[in-house]
Amino acid sequence: MSLIAITEVKKRFGDNEVLKGISIDIAPGEVVAIIGKSGSGKSTLLRCINGLETIDEGSIVVAGAQFLPDEVHLKALRLKVGMIFQQFNLFPHLTAGGNVMLSQMVVKKTPKKDAEAVARKMLDRVGLAHKFDALPDELSGGQQQRVAIARALAMQPIALLCDEITSALDPELVAEVLAVVKELAAEGMTLVMVTHEMRFARDVCSRVVFMHQGRVHEIGAPEEVFSNPRTPELRQFLGVQ
Amino acid sequence: MTEFSFWDILRNLLLAARWTVVLSLVSFTGGGIVGAALLFLRIGGRRGMQFLSRGYIQLFQGTPLLMQLFLAFFGLGLFGIDVPAWLAACVALILWTAAFLAEIWRGCVESIAKGQWEASASLGMGYLQQMRYVILPQALKVAVPPTVGFSVQVVKGTALTSIIGFVELSKAGSIVTNATFQPFTVYGLVALIYFALCWPLSKSSQLLERKLNVAHRNH
Amino acid sequence: MTYQFDFGWLIDSLPVLLKGIRITVQLILIGAVFGVALGIACAWVRALGPKWLKPVVATYVELIRNTPFLIQLFFIFFGLPSLGIRMSELTAANLAMIVNLGAYSCEIIRAGIQATPRGQFEAGASLAMTPFQTFWHVVLVPALQRIWPALSSQIVIVMLGSAVVSQIAAEDLTFAANFIQSRNFRAFETYFVSTLIYLALAILLRQLLAGLGWMLFPRKASR
Repeated sequence: MSLIAITEVKKRFGDNEVLKGISIDIAPGEVVAIIGKSGSGKSTLLRCINGLETIDEGSIVVAGAQFLPDEVHLKALRLKVGMIFQQFNLFPHLTAGGNVMLSQMVVKKTPKKDAEAVARKMLDRVGLAHKFDALPDELSGGQQQRVAIARALAMQPIALLCDEITSALDPELVAEVLAVVKELAAEGMTLVMVTHEMRFARDVCSRVVFMHQGRVHEIGAPEEVFSNPRTPELRQFLGVQ
Repeated sequence: MTEFSFWDILRNLLLAARWTVVLSLVSFTGGGIVGAALLFLRIGGRRGMQFLSRGYIQLFQGTPLLMQLFLAFFGLGLFGIDVPAWLAACVALILWTAAFLAEIWRGCVESIAKGQWEASASLGMGYLQQMRYVILPQALKVAVPPTVGFSVQVVKGTALTSIIGFVELSKAGSIVTNATFQPFTVYGLVALIYFALCWPLSKSSQLLERKLNVAHRNH
Repeated sequence: MTYQFDFGWLIDSLPVLLKGIRITVQLILIGAVFGVALGIACAWVRALGPKWLKPVVATYVELIRNTPFLIQLFFIFFGLPSLGIRMSELTAANLAMIVNLGAYSCEIIRAGIQATPRGQFEAGASLAMTPFQTFWHVVLVPALQRIWPALSSQIVIVMLGSAVVSQIAAEDLTFAANFIQSRNFRAFETYFVSTLIYLALAILLRQLLAGLGWMLFPRKASR
């Protein structure tokens, strides 16, 4: 049974149809990379899975929970899927630890002591236990992104959505973030990531989705998609002739 | 007729300036409370409420404070109460201040990056939780310099209450002028006293703003 | 509330009201044109002007921004004659508005100039323009475009603030309202109507300034 079932999803912004009927089933433990040019709809799809955008047609079901745009359903959905953003979006007024603790305390009503214990554990997991009291300002981009991952993990999601999480980083900081993601993948976390890191997609992902003009243009195992692109669009995108 | 020395004039003006300070404090505090209520209606309330508070803000920002004072003065009188000038002054200034503060603060809330809303939403927070724990703490910090800056407008605004007969610094200026026939000295002094009240507020608003900008550049 | 509203006086008072509106409009038109011009001149002094003039302009701006318009008006109309400078009510009102708007627009325009990229000044200099030529041809227009909304709001604020010129018996809209209510004893209705007129004038003025902005800056400047 699939963990995330995306069926015939359509999304319009005004006259512009960004998603033209997307269907993907994602099994538990799968690591799916979504690749494609900017404007192909890949980020929008990810944002729809987390309910940051409403969908116009089709359905998104995560672990049996249907996505409906009211606060109760949204909350249920978001407790199941965490999201990591390109711009980290840490809360600048809270410490790293505070960032990881906040939603546990206000959404799950976890007592402060327990939330703190979880926060320390999660920060340790991303290699930042010693930065518990640092403000986001005092952290490098790579460290901020790792705190953001810890923050999402603290809610114990069954899947993580990663929206170009290394695109805003200086090149030398990309590796430390990808290492954390790789570890999560090895531990069996279900991951859906929009990424430009083709190498990473090839090495770590179980499936690759190539999106083009609002549709799933090609989908398959990474070796298949990367070594044997079937359509000219994908060949052009990958830069192979 | 008694002769007024320079010090007599200054003493009388300073005594009246106390009422300028009191009226400013009352208007600013009251306006802050009403303004906060307006702000929440404006950004969070139902459609109808949003519309109402927007209309309120545009009405008070689009008409002269002097007219608002007149309407408060004569409008409250319609209820058959004999309205003292101080009451009309407080009511009008509070309502006027509220409109401006609500609009300033709305700008501050809207200046918080969209990513903050999205990140907190993706963690499962509801609207009130997002406001309470993520948006407002950041918006408050941004709001301090322009709020302090606006307090200068409130102090200056109190001068208009002299026109409906409230005796504060400006009214005292007119009274003393009529008694001494030294308008140049008296209004010069009145201006300097206002300046002494307002300039520290203006300056600290500027300094706070600069400090905030420096802190932001590190992001 | 047993009060009966009465707007029957309105028809008879129309000529008085119209005259008041005319004067208020005239005041703000003159005030805006010369006030903004003064503001540009002061902004130039603060950005590139002679050193000795800078503190003078800075003092002027701070003094005006930190004192009430009413007191500025009284000082000009009642205070200056002590120095032998006498003028009519309308001239005093106009002068006060120009001086007031000059200070505020100086600050606003200065902010716009400060946001100009350094490279613009350097590009002008590298093309052998004088600093003044660079200011006038390269810096000023984009700066004005950048701050046009803020400047427009300030002009509307000065228009609304002009209600107090009635206090030196300049015969503006508020003066007309005061006059009418002293005859009809319908203070609330009279001020209510004049408040609505001010609101309409404010909306109109805002539209006018927005239109002027479109005319002056037809293209989007790159920021």
